[in-house]
Amino acid sequence: MKRSKVAATHIALVTLSVLFVLPFLWMITTAVKPIGETMTSPPQWIPSRFLWSNFPDAVLYGREQVGYIPFLVYARNTLIVTVLSVVGAVASNTVVAYSFARLKWRGRDAFFGLTLATMMVPFPVTMVPTFALFKWLGWVGTFKPLWVPAYLGSAFAIFLLRQFFRTIPTDLSEAAKIDGASELQIFTDVVLPLARPAVSVIALFAFMGAWNDFLGPLIYLTDQSTFTLSLGLQAYQTQHGGTPWNLLMAASLMVILPIIVVFFFAQKTFVQGIATSGLK
Amino acid sequence: MNRRRDARVGILFATPWIVGFGLLMAYPLISSFVTSFTNFSVLRAPKWIGTENYRELANDGVFHTSLQNTLLYALGAVPLGTVLAIGLAMLLNSKVRGMPVYRTLLFLPTLVPMVAQATLFLWVFNGDYGLLNAALRWCGLSPPNWLGDPMWAKWTLVMIAVWGSGQAMLIYLAGLQDVPTSLYEAADLDGAKSWAKTRHITLPMISPVILFNVIMGIIGSIQVFAVPQVMFPGGAPARSTYMFAMYLYDNAFLYQRMGYASAMGWIMFLVILALTLVALRLSERHVHYETQ
Repeated sequence: MKRSKVAATHIALVTLSVLFVLPFLWMITTAVKPIGETMTSPPQWIPSRFLWSNFPDAVLYGREQVGYIPFLVYARNTLIVTVLSVVGAVASNTVVAYSFARLKWRGRDAFFGLTLATMMVPFPVTMVPTFALFKWLGWVGTFKPLWVPAYLGSAFAIFLLRQFFRTIPTDLSEAAKIDGASELQIFTDVVLPLARPAVSVIALFAFMGAWNDFLGPLIYLTDQSTFTLSLGLQAYQTQHGGTPWNLLMAASLMVILPIIVVFFFAQKTFVQGIATSGLK
Repeated sequence: MNRRRDARVGILFATPWIVGFGLLMAYPLISSFVTSFTNFSVLRAPKWIGTENYRELANDGVFHTSLQNTLLYALGAVPLGTVLAIGLAMLLNSKVRGMPVYRTLLFLPTLVPMVAQATLFLWVFNGDYGLLNAALRWCGLSPPNWLGDPMWAKWTLVMIAVWGSGQAMLIYLAGLQDVPTSLYEAADLDGAKSWAKTRHITLPMISPVILFNVIMGIIGSIQVFAVPQVMFPGGAPARSTYMFAMYLYDNAFLYQRMGYASAMGWIMFLVILALTLVALRLSERHVHYETQ
């Protein structure tokens, strides 16, 4: 590439990165500001002193009120739902996608087409009967409506994994079959290890989906002690009227942090996983 | 000899989704269709009222407002998000140093949970103390009160959506990496300029990915809920941010009108279907599929 073009690309990338990250940096500096410096005009970027105590203060905020729920309870609830969902998504979508990609049965391709079509169904259409079903099961108010569905697969994840499985040469499984391996062994010992990038993509999507879910908890969780971080954060903002912004930002930052850590470590596999499955 | 056993194994592997499809997709779809013709509040048994819900929707001004808000939002967010995501992906696909850092920074907004995004942007768009207005004033402009002005509030939601288009960006990036370099080499031999290469090689080659992302974008933006719900409770100011999914949620769980909400759900499904068909139809002449 020409020198001038490389320079232009860098300038464009730096400008855009700054624009994209700016709101985020604002969140970080606000999280460690004293309250008096959060509302100034023009905005003050660097706090006069770094108030690290905002983080524990955010966690303990509102403790003198009746019915106070510690932030850590929300974190624990979210963690339970997220871990169960990620395990479920990985377990179910891999086997189902394997069946669509590699096993032969009558009606398979028609059913796969139908599966793709369900991606167009918006959640609100199925919301009412699903709610009624879970209510009938006595699950409303528990975590079950939030994680059990993960064990029953999702169309997008099945689609992504199937595309990936199809790129793995069949010779490998044929060879294993000749050696007397069962279909389950071929799946767990041959195909799955090769599909690690794609599996990590759907694990990350499932993680982000469960960690960020707002509508699900809003519908199904009734008691504040069972709230997840998303709901807790919202309660934080709306209930206490004039919520101190610095504490709110500190709380938000704590919600985001785990996701960034996960992404940072999974990043390379993640991009590779999407690239090789090639959404075609 | 093995075909029957193979079929059994195949169906066994697909069992979780067969159950999921039946219980969480097919059954609720049929059930909500039936429910949409009833008066139903979960506490009492549904009562058949024919097409009453649909007729009421036709005359419900709030419903019309929410539908209009949502369509305007989609009309802003999908095209802007698409152009930006493709542009970013192209930049991220060029061979310059420091790419992992750029990729992480540009993907970062996508990792911010929606409720946290909403809280953050209440701040950025704040009319008096907000970051955006401080910047605009510094440029000598007199910016609007974004969150309080019915004309502007909706567009803050569009901007937030565009800020978070990292997932589409990543999928475009993957698509770009699949374009064979031999095509560009051939074009270089013919002395093609870089815009010509973008126009005649890159865009046609990633056109199926564009179509996929546009359709996913339409489906997602018609359902937009979390960010407006947190930022603008009740669709303030003056219902200008009251979205389809918010009105639907309020009907189902606030007013206990499950039949009415189901009818709205079906209208939403039909809107998505119609827009998807339009996207498919418009793309027919432009989307290029590799023949293998």
